[in-house]
Amino acid sequence: MEPVLAIVVGVLFAAAIYLILRRSLVKLVIGLILLSNAANLLIFTVSGFTRAAPPLVPEGLEQPVGAVADPLPQALILTAIVISFGVLAFAVVLIHRAYEVVGHDDLDQMKDTDT
Amino acid sequence: MLIAVLSGFIVAALAPWVFRLAGGRTGWVLGLLPAALTVYFATWVPQIAAGDPEVIVYPWIPGLDINMSFLVDGLSLLFALLISLIGTFIVIYAGGYLAGHRDLPRFYVVILAFMASMLGLVLADNLIAMFVFWELTSITSYLLIGFSHEEEKSRKCALQGLLVTVAGGLALLAGLILLATVAGSYEFSEILAGESLGEHSAYGGILLLILLGTFTKSAQVPFHFWLPNAMAAPTPVSAYLHSATMVKAGVYLMARLHPTLGDTNAWLITLGLIGAITMFTGTVMAVRSTEIKRVLAYSTVMALGTLTMLLGIGTEGAIIAMIAFLLAHSLYKGALFLVAGALDHETGTKDITKMGGLARAMPWTMVFASIAALSLAGIPPLFGFVAKELMFEAALGAAWLAPVLTVLAVASAMLVVAIAGIVAIRPFHGPRKATPKEPHEASWAMLLGPIVLGSLGLAFGLVPVLADSLFVQAGVAAVYGEEVDFYLSLWHGINLPLLLSLVSLAGGIFIYLNWDGVRERLARTSVIDRFGMERGYDKAMRGLERLADWQTRVLQNGYMRNYLYTILIATVVLVGYTLFGRYGLAPPLTAVDGLPHELLIAALLVVAAVFVASTHSRLGAVASLGIVGFSVALIYVLFSAPDLGITQVLIETLTVILLVLVLFRLPDFVDFSSTRDRLRDLVVGGLVGLTFFFLVLFAIDVQYFDPISQYFVEESVPGGKGRNIVNVILVDFRALDTLGEIYVLALAAIGVYAMVKLRAEDRH
Repeated sequence: MEPVLAIVVGVLFAAAIYLILRRSLVKLVIGLILLSNAANLLIFTVSGFTRAAPPLVPEGLEQPVGAVADPLPQALILTAIVISFGVLAFAVVLIHRAYEVVGHDDLDQMKDTDT
Repeated sequence: MLIAVLSGFIVAALAPWVFRLAGGRTGWVLGLLPAALTVYFATWVPQIAAGDPEVIVYPWIPGLDINMSFLVDGLSLLFALLISLIGTFIVIYAGGYLAGHRDLPRFYVVILAFMASMLGLVLADNLIAMFVFWELTSITSYLLIGFSHEEEKSRKCALQGLLVTVAGGLALLAGLILLATVAGSYEFSEILAGESLGEHSAYGGILLLILLGTFTKSAQVPFHFWLPNAMAAPTPVSAYLHSATMVKAGVYLMARLHPTLGDTNAWLITLGLIGAITMFTGTVMAVRSTEIKRVLAYSTVMALGTLTMLLGIGTEGAIIAMIAFLLAHSLYKGALFLVAGALDHETGTKDITKMGGLARAMPWTMVFASIAALSLAGIPPLFGFVAKELMFEAALGAAWLAPVLTVLAVASAMLVVAIAGIVAIRPFHGPRKATPKEPHEASWAMLLGPIVLGSLGLAFGLVPVLADSLFVQAGVAAVYGEEVDFYLSLWHGINLPLLLSLVSLAGGIFIYLNWDGVRERLARTSVIDRFGMERGYDKAMRGLERLADWQTRVLQNGYMRNYLYTILIATVVLVGYTLFGRYGLAPPLTAVDGLPHELLIAALLVVAAVFVASTHSRLGAVASLGIVGFSVALIYVLFSAPDLGITQVLIETLTVILLVLVLFRLPDFVDFSSTRDRLRDLVVGGLVGLTFFFLVLFAIDVQYFDPISQYFVEESVPGGKGRNIVNVILVDFRALDTLGEIYVLALAAIGVYAMVKLRAEDRH
């Protein structure tokens, strides 16, 4: 399954980069969202897939039974998902504000420090 | 010793409060510190004069072999005494010279910090510690030259001094590290105890780098131009830093390393010739200047050249001459600068041609100016005469360079006699000239320095054995590397050096009498040679500015995509190169074992992502973005990550809501870019995608270390008391990371709130 997901990751990155390189602020934000999904999926894929063995310890036992999915990448990704939402919220409000001030959502019009 | 060196910094920090309490008497109060240091260093004299140097070690960064160690021997003690003694008079003098100046407290802070740095420089035994103090003197010098920071000239001169000395300092650091590596120690005491490095293959590099540092610091040709410009500083600073102490740091370091580096022809030629040229250039420049401080500054260049030349000659006699000249120069030049400051302060002009007949108004100033000037001119019975005789003797004895050096030495000595007349006779005698201010005798604070320093020059001249036994013997032993048996005396009998003295005296008097004519002729002829180096410096500075301007416009052009291209292409090239270099282009393809519904989700993801990137509809983009998000969530769930699935669904929902709320207040998608731009971005995006595709394929099989996950799995229940291992990691094993994450979110929330609030206020 991993090679298939590798293609998906590649496509997600390509789409995200393409959007980030656009001059429109809105597309930039959408690209950012795609980019964080791509990065999370990359970590997840690289850590290897395990079907139907979540990292949980059954009631009454000290250790999980048999092999379980690696919990560490999951913890990392969980953090990343939440952080990227924080960044997104900030970015969305920021570009909205920038649009109000500059009156334009063309990044090429925003290359000066003065408004 | 540590306290003695660092006390200057401590008192410097306290100086503003002292000023608040002591007011106009601050100079006398703060002068107690250098005075106390002078006494302290004087207590070392018997031990050092007896030929017993001492190393004192305080560990500083022991792990890196850097110690705050101090080496007290004849050379460092002589410097330390001069620094603290002259420092005493400078601090007191400044109280009078800058009385009522708004920034006087700042002056005291920096000058005391400078004094401490200078003491550290000459006493340090560790190369790195020495270098730190070395740079500190450059920085404090910068602050002092730029003391009148409202004036553009002053700022420009300060910057010039800083850039020249610090650029040299950079070379010096490299040279010192090379030296330490070759010699196997970072301690002067150990390097000096080792063998001479003249035969070593790295000798040329060490010599070149260290000399770059010392020549810039000690204003040797062709780096001499910054020193006269440094006269933009208040006179006490010029007297202290730019004649008696800091500019001698380069000479000090060369003298310090003389036993290790000084026995080659390269040393003899470089130091001997450049020193002699500097000496001659300095005197010529001095004679053609009219501003009293510039005359003295150029005569300092002359002195620095003389010291370097004597070090280059490096014979016993030359080293004796060098130490004697060093002592003599510090005394008379300190005094003369202080006199120059007094003249400027009392008359309101610095131009010698505008002064005349001041002897009646300022009798004491005149007397001690004359004594110091006699020493400068090298006339018996002043100590300067002893030094000059020795200098001629050394030049005559300089292996095969002797003819050149002797000619330059005599010519310089002639001009020096004229300089002495210019600064000490011209302003005081002759017809009285009107000056901007009505002149009065200078105050005691301003007279004390010239009196004591001038008298010392006289005392050492009358009783040379005093200077000899107390300082010169030990100093020579330190520089020459072994004890040398000699005694200084005023009268050597009728010999060649005395003859040369008489010739230079006669020539000097002749030049002095015709000074106006000589000066004008010199001013006409040597303009090019005067501006040569300085023009080069200006050109280099302008070039630097243009380069900075150009590279800013290229690199910081304000177009976001250009920054992104840089980052992305660097990523693609570096990652691609590594992957290709290590694994070739054959990723370890495993069989595709996806179940039908898994493959379907993957396909959906691809389609949705492409649609997001290509659609012209905002709603369509947001909707398919939702599809991407939820499909990712499904993948998490399918492959044993229920927590991620839950979080992803939650966040995705919030994201879509947020986008719908905000993005629809923004304008519609507009196509700003041309098809060509689009294609270019498609290529860049495609390359990045391809790189990551390969990265994933290769990375799956790579395992450099044992994962620590097993520990988390095993300890989750016993250690973390939780059954959901991912959650235990987040709130227990890696709880601090999670705390950091919370801060990030809080910051983002504050930012969002502030921006929303700001807008509300704008509307009001």
